[in-house]
Amino acid sequence: MYNFSQCSHTRDAYGQALVELGEEMPNLIVLDSDLSGSTKTAKFAKKFPDRFLDIGIAEQNLIDIAAGLSLSGKIPFVSTFAIFGCGRAWEQIRNTLALDNLTVNLVMTHAGLSLGGDGATHQSLEDIAIMRVIPNMRVIVPADSVETREVIRYAAETKGPKYIRISRRRSMDIFQKEEYHFNPAQYPVIEDGSDVTIFSNGCMLRESLKATQELKKQGISAKVINLHTIKPLANEIIISEAKKTGAIVTVEEHNVIGGIGSAVAEVLSQNHPVPMRIIGVNDRFGGSGHVEELYRELDLTPEHIIRAVHEVMKRR
Amino acid sequence: MRSKIPLSLYDQDTLKDIARKVRRDIILMTAEANGGHYMSSFSCVEILVSLFFGEFHGDVNNPENPDRDRFVMSKGHAAPALYAVMAGCGYFPVEELKTLRQCGSRLQGHPVKHRLPGLDTSSGSLGQGISTAVGIALSGKMDKRKFRVFVVLGDGECQEGIVWEAAMSAAHFKLDNLIAIIDKNNLQISGPTDKVMSLGDLQAKWEAFGWAVFNVKGHDIADLQATFEKIKSVKNKPIALIAETIKGCGVPFIENNLHYHTAPLNDEELKTALEFLA
Repeated sequence: MYNFSQCSHTRDAYGQALVELGEEMPNLIVLDSDLSGSTKTAKFAKKFPDRFLDIGIAEQNLIDIAAGLSLSGKIPFVSTFAIFGCGRAWEQIRNTLALDNLTVNLVMTHAGLSLGGDGATHQSLEDIAIMRVIPNMRVIVPADSVETREVIRYAAETKGPKYIRISRRRSMDIFQKEEYHFNPAQYPVIEDGSDVTIFSNGCMLRESLKATQELKKQGISAKVINLHTIKPLANEIIISEAKKTGAIVTVEEHNVIGGIGSAVAEVLSQNHPVPMRIIGVNDRFGGSGHVEELYRELDLTPEHIIRAVHEVMKRR
Repeated sequence: MRSKIPLSLYDQDTLKDIARKVRRDIILMTAEANGGHYMSSFSCVEILVSLFFGEFHGDVNNPENPDRDRFVMSKGHAAPALYAVMAGCGYFPVEELKTLRQCGSRLQGHPVKHRLPGLDTSSGSLGQGISTAVGIALSGKMDKRKFRVFVVLGDGECQEGIVWEAAMSAAHFKLDNLIAIIDKNNLQISGPTDKVMSLGDLQAKWEAFGWAVFNVKGHDIADLQATFEKIKSVKNKPIALIAETIKGCGVPFIENNLHYHTAPLNDEELKTALEFLA
C-alpha cells in the first residue's frame, strides 16, 4: 500500500540540490527572474551570492544571458515560473540555446495547474509541447524529491539544453534516496501489472497510483510507469509495454495536445498501435481554485483514469 | 588582428582599401547567392574593418581562446559583411565566400556559430545578440578576464524589447567590458525608422539606461579609431557608440534606396556596382 499523504515539494529538493552541486562545481551559475523565493533558488543565492544573478522581470534577457554564460563555459541553471520562462522566452530558447546546443538547464517551476489561486495566466499547460518540439532539447519531469535531486545532478553533468518541469504542488514520495539512480533511458515501474499500462510522471503519479488501488478491487491489474523523460523518449520501452499489455493510458497535468500522451501516440501509431487514451487537460485554460478542485473540473482525477482504463481494455 | 599583422601596418589608406575590397566581396557573394542583405552590410563595413583590423583582439589561430575579445553581430542579416571581414582576417579561405546561403555551407544566411569556427554567437533573430553579449561580458567579469565584447546592432533592431532589457541589465552589472555599436542608418525594411516606429532620441535613451554614449561618424575610420581610444577611460558603465551611417554606403545608386534592401542586383547593376568599387 502507498502512503498518499507522504508528500513533499520537489522545488525544495531542487534548491537543496543546487546548493550541494554548487559546492562541487565552481562553474555552476544560477539565474532567476525575481522569483527566487518561490523557485527556491534563493537557497543557492544565499550560499553563493557571487554565482547568483537576478535578472529581474525580464525572461527573454534571462535566457540569452544564460546563453552567453554558457558560451564562456559556465553551467547555468535558470529558473522562473514555467509559463513565463518557456512561453515568453520560447524564441530565445530556440534560436540562442538550442540552435547551438548550448548547455543551459531550464528548471521551471509552478508548472501545470499548481498555482491554483493565481489562475490561468500563471498556470502552464503547454510547456512540454513547446519545449519538446525544439531540436536538441531534452525534456524531463521528475516524480518526487529524490528523483528531482538526481535529475538536477544529471543535468549539471550533461551537455546540451534541458527543460526540467517542476510543480508547485507537493509530490508523493516514491523513491528511496539511497537506492535511486536516474537514467533517462529507463523508466521505473512504480506499480507492476499485466492488464493495462499507465504512463504518467511528476505529481500525477499520485492520481495514477490511486486509480490502480481501486482497479485492483475490481480485479484489474494496472501497471504504472514513471515516464520521466519525454525527450529523448525511450521508444523501445513504450513499444514493449504495448506488446505486453496491449492497452495504454497516459496521465499528465498538461494539455492533451503535445504532451506525454502525444509523444507516446507518435511512437505507438507508427510501430505498434494498440488502444490508447490520453488523460490530460482537454485543450482549455485553467483558472483559480484549489488544485484538487481544478483537477475535478478539468478531468484529472483517479476516477477519470479508471474510466479510461476500462475503455482501452474493452477496445483491446 | 593581433595574430596576423602588426597594427602599425594598417594606415588609413590601407584600411580604406580593405573596406573597398570588403564591399566588393559582399557584392560578389550576394550576387552568387542571389540574395542577402548587401545594403545593411555596406552600412557597417567601416565599423567592422576598424574593429577587426585594429581594436578587436580576436584569435584566428585559436577561435575558442578564453581570453579573446568577442564579437557579436546582433544585426545578423549583415552576415555578408562579417564573413567578408572574417575571411580577410584568415578565419577561413576567401573562396568560401562564394558558398554564402548555399545548402551545406558554413556561411549560413544568418550566422550559426556551431557551423563556422570563429563566430562567437549565432544571430539573426533581432535583439538576441546584445542580450547574449551581456551574458558573455558577465562571465568575463566573474572570471576576472580582460577580454571585451563588441556588439553591432541595427537601429531598427532597437525596436525589439529585449534590447532594452539587455541595456538595463548591462548597466546594472556595470559591464564596462561591453561595447555596443549602433549602426544608425535610419532605414529598415519597410521604410525610414521614423515612419515605421520612431526610435526617438537614441542617445538620450541609451544614456537614460545608464550607458556611456559616444556619437561617431560610422564611415570615417579615423573617427571610429579615435572613439575606440576615448572609450578606454570609461569605467563601471557599458559603452554605446551611435554610428551615423548610410544604408548601402559605397555604391551611389544603392545608397538609401530601399528597393535594394533584399532585391538581388541584375547583371547591369552588378557591373555598375563593381565599377564603383574597382
